[in-house]
Amino acid sequence: MSEQPTARAEGAAVPAEDAAGTKPLLQIAELRIDYRAQGRSWSPAVRGVSLHVDPGETVALVGESGSGKTTLVQGSLGLLPASARVSGGSISYSGVDVTGWRDARMARVRGNYVGFIPQDPNTSLNPVKKIGQQVIEAVAFNERTAASSQEHIDAALESLRTAGLANAERVFHQYPHELSGGMKQRALIAIALAGKPKIIVADEPTSALDVTVQRVILDHLETLRTELGIGILLITHDLGVALDRADRIAVMQRGEIVEHGPVRELIANPSSDYTRRLLAAAPSRHQGRLAPSPGLQPRTPGEGIVVRAEQLRKQYTLRSAGGRSLVNALDGVDLVVRAGTTHAIVGESGAGKSTLASIIAGFATADSGTAWVGERETTSLSHRELREVRRDLQFVFQNPYTSLDPRFTVAKLIAEPLRAFRVATGRAELMTRVRELLRAVALDDSYLQRTTAQLSGGQRQRIAIARALALNPRVIVLDEAVSALDVSVQAQILQLLVDLQTELGLSYVFVTHDLGVVRMIADDVTVMRDGGIVEHGTVQDVFLSPQSDYTRALLGAIPGTRFATV
Amino acid sequence: MTVDITDPRAAEVIPAAHGLRPRRRIGIGARLTEALRQPVLVLAWLVVLTAAGWALFPWLFTSVSPYEGNPALSFSPPSSEHIFGTDRLGRDLFARSVYGAGTTLTATLLAVLIAFGAGTLVGLIAGYLGGAVDTVIMRVIDVLLSIPSLLLAMVIVSVLGYSTHNIAIAVGISAIASFARVMRSEVIVIVNRDYVRAAYGLGVGRLGVVLRHILPNSLSSVVALAALEIGTSILAVASLGFLGYGAPPPEPEWGLLVAEGRDYLAVYPWISILPGIALALVVIATHRISTSFRKEHRR
Repeated sequence: MSEQPTARAEGAAVPAEDAAGTKPLLQIAELRIDYRAQGRSWSPAVRGVSLHVDPGETVALVGESGSGKTTLVQGSLGLLPASARVSGGSISYSGVDVTGWRDARMARVRGNYVGFIPQDPNTSLNPVKKIGQQVIEAVAFNERTAASSQEHIDAALESLRTAGLANAERVFHQYPHELSGGMKQRALIAIALAGKPKIIVADEPTSALDVTVQRVILDHLETLRTELGIGILLITHDLGVALDRADRIAVMQRGEIVEHGPVRELIANPSSDYTRRLLAAAPSRHQGRLAPSPGLQPRTPGEGIVVRAEQLRKQYTLRSAGGRSLVNALDGVDLVVRAGTTHAIVGESGAGKSTLASIIAGFATADSGTAWVGERETTSLSHRELREVRRDLQFVFQNPYTSLDPRFTVAKLIAEPLRAFRVATGRAELMTRVRELLRAVALDDSYLQRTTAQLSGGQRQRIAIARALALNPRVIVLDEAVSALDVSVQAQILQLLVDLQTELGLSYVFVTHDLGVVRMIADDVTVMRDGGIVEHGTVQDVFLSPQSDYTRALLGAIPGTRFATV
Repeated sequence: MTVDITDPRAAEVIPAAHGLRPRRRIGIGARLTEALRQPVLVLAWLVVLTAAGWALFPWLFTSVSPYEGNPALSFSPPSSEHIFGTDRLGRDLFARSVYGAGTTLTATLLAVLIAFGAGTLVGLIAGYLGGAVDTVIMRVIDVLLSIPSLLLAMVIVSVLGYSTHNIAIAVGISAIASFARVMRSEVIVIVNRDYVRAAYGLGVGRLGVVLRHILPNSLSSVVALAALEIGTSILAVASLGFLGYGAPPPEPEWGLLVAEGRDYLAVYPWISILPGIALALVVIATHRISTSFRKEHRR
């Protein structure tokens, strides 16, 4: 692909302002991107995608992991990794075709025309440079002609203020580690805004943030759009966010756009199966608790209490530049889990919910307080005694990619607890039980000899659940067990959990940051904040008449609620 | 909406079809073609396999005795009859080199096994137990590391007595420290992995977790180090042989062969140089192979 023949100077290689007119800010036409596969073959990641963004418009690109949405964005910004190539189609900004422009020229486009907000604010800033310097860098890059450094500083401060950082002067002199996740994301927005772009491309800008912070950041992006009249291309895996924030939604699957249209139209009349499935799976659009699959007897919550905790306390020592400080991870927390029910523990990061779960499961010790599993007190047990408790209480980790030994086959993984407690004697009996467990999580025998590398995230989490079921425990503690999964897979795992509870009378302690998921699975809920309990009660009570402001704020921040009743 | 979201096959094919494609087992044929693209690596394997052949079945490579010489033919230069020439006593140097491979390589293998076994064990204990045990073990390891390994080996051989076996033991002991270091750092990483915590959660006992999860998962980089250590150990064994700490003279040993020609280097250079080249080639070849291992390990 040749460069534009017009002999414009490097600085003017940006699409000219007058060219804007009625042309869309970003026009992607039939774009194809391939990744280098083994040897000399190429495998397509983006297969002929067309998309456009008009001024003052928010377009959401929705898709699950592996759908090619990030590749598409990288391609349109000229940021593809070396192992990828654009094999067809075109990208143009305000009518200027930039396909095949070389890097130095694309860099000008990225600064002055497109602002890019990356995914994870925690890794996207340079940790050894002050925020101010990093913004100035962006300002200076985009305004080579501008004169003094004072002007740069002023522009940078202005940019930080526009990004919604009220105390811009202070942030200017701080390092990234001194800021919270939300503030870092704002700093990144400031950098994206530094070149006064016409369009902002945000790749999962809030996926790493708490819901309340996510809401503020997305609100701010919306304000910027109306005030500055820019266009926004929002990439997200969260259909709720897309439904709330976008004018138009493009749904991507396997490198193709399978559905494209205004939000209301898409909800009212989804044309593709995949969109329907996504909509059905979105927790925010689900009313009430998941019913067990047809054919299962409705459960009757048992009598009695399976897990109880009283006045649990845990402090961590933080070492920082200013010396040591104590952090209350848990500050006198009580918890009661009724037999045969699901008790959700919700809260934002740092609320202490994972600490609580790991103390109950015996992975961590409490400074004071007592926890019981059934009749047995667990807070003062030795390693050996704790092992006996494991028969009754099992744990499922958040990340199925790290919680399964990569060297083990599925059969070996599931057999492990059976071997450890010598439950099944003899190989035949062991394998019968393993097959049984595999069927319980809706996988067939063909998975037995696979290693985890050959499984998807949802399949891995199924294996983790099968393994937790092996000893017929009464309680399973699930620490963010569905958070790392795509929504459609998440919905299946939640259904599986509900079915297993119905069949086996299990009790769950379900730790999550996602209130939408809570509504789908829990009976009781405890809301935590800063190591303390804000509110607890049945899901009905807490969701319909929240007593504390914090719970209300959390509930209001669930993405997708705007159209929940449509 | 009647989409059945509970059918596990419905949506799970999506992630499976992308990115998470099961990694194909690499067949022998594919491995061979891959290897042929790297001729140097093939050459290295040839060298190492030849050396191993010399060590295991020396009689297949030469019919001449390494001990009996023909004084009439002393100091004869390389020829079609004696391709490495002959030494002071008219012994065939090629035969001595072939038989010497056995002595040197056995000692090397023993040394690496000692270093690998002991180092892995020490590193595993230090990394797993942590705390005071770790501190004490690692300070001892630091002391070992601070002494040049050849010097340390010489001290140990002096204590144990001069012989090829003792050389092997000494070289092995002096290499324990680096194995222990690598193993410990690897174990510390693995101990904090979720799947190790999960194994405790499932009720697997401590020893079970160590043997079934921690050890197998932390071994790979130590194995790569062992491959690298072979070359270094050949050199160390030969060096000690050269200095006279090893087998007494009639015994063929690579270090000793080089040493024997030392006095005649100006007049009859082949006596030292040809066994020396054989030694150098084997060391370089093992090094090349171990780097290819490490690259594969990093993938």
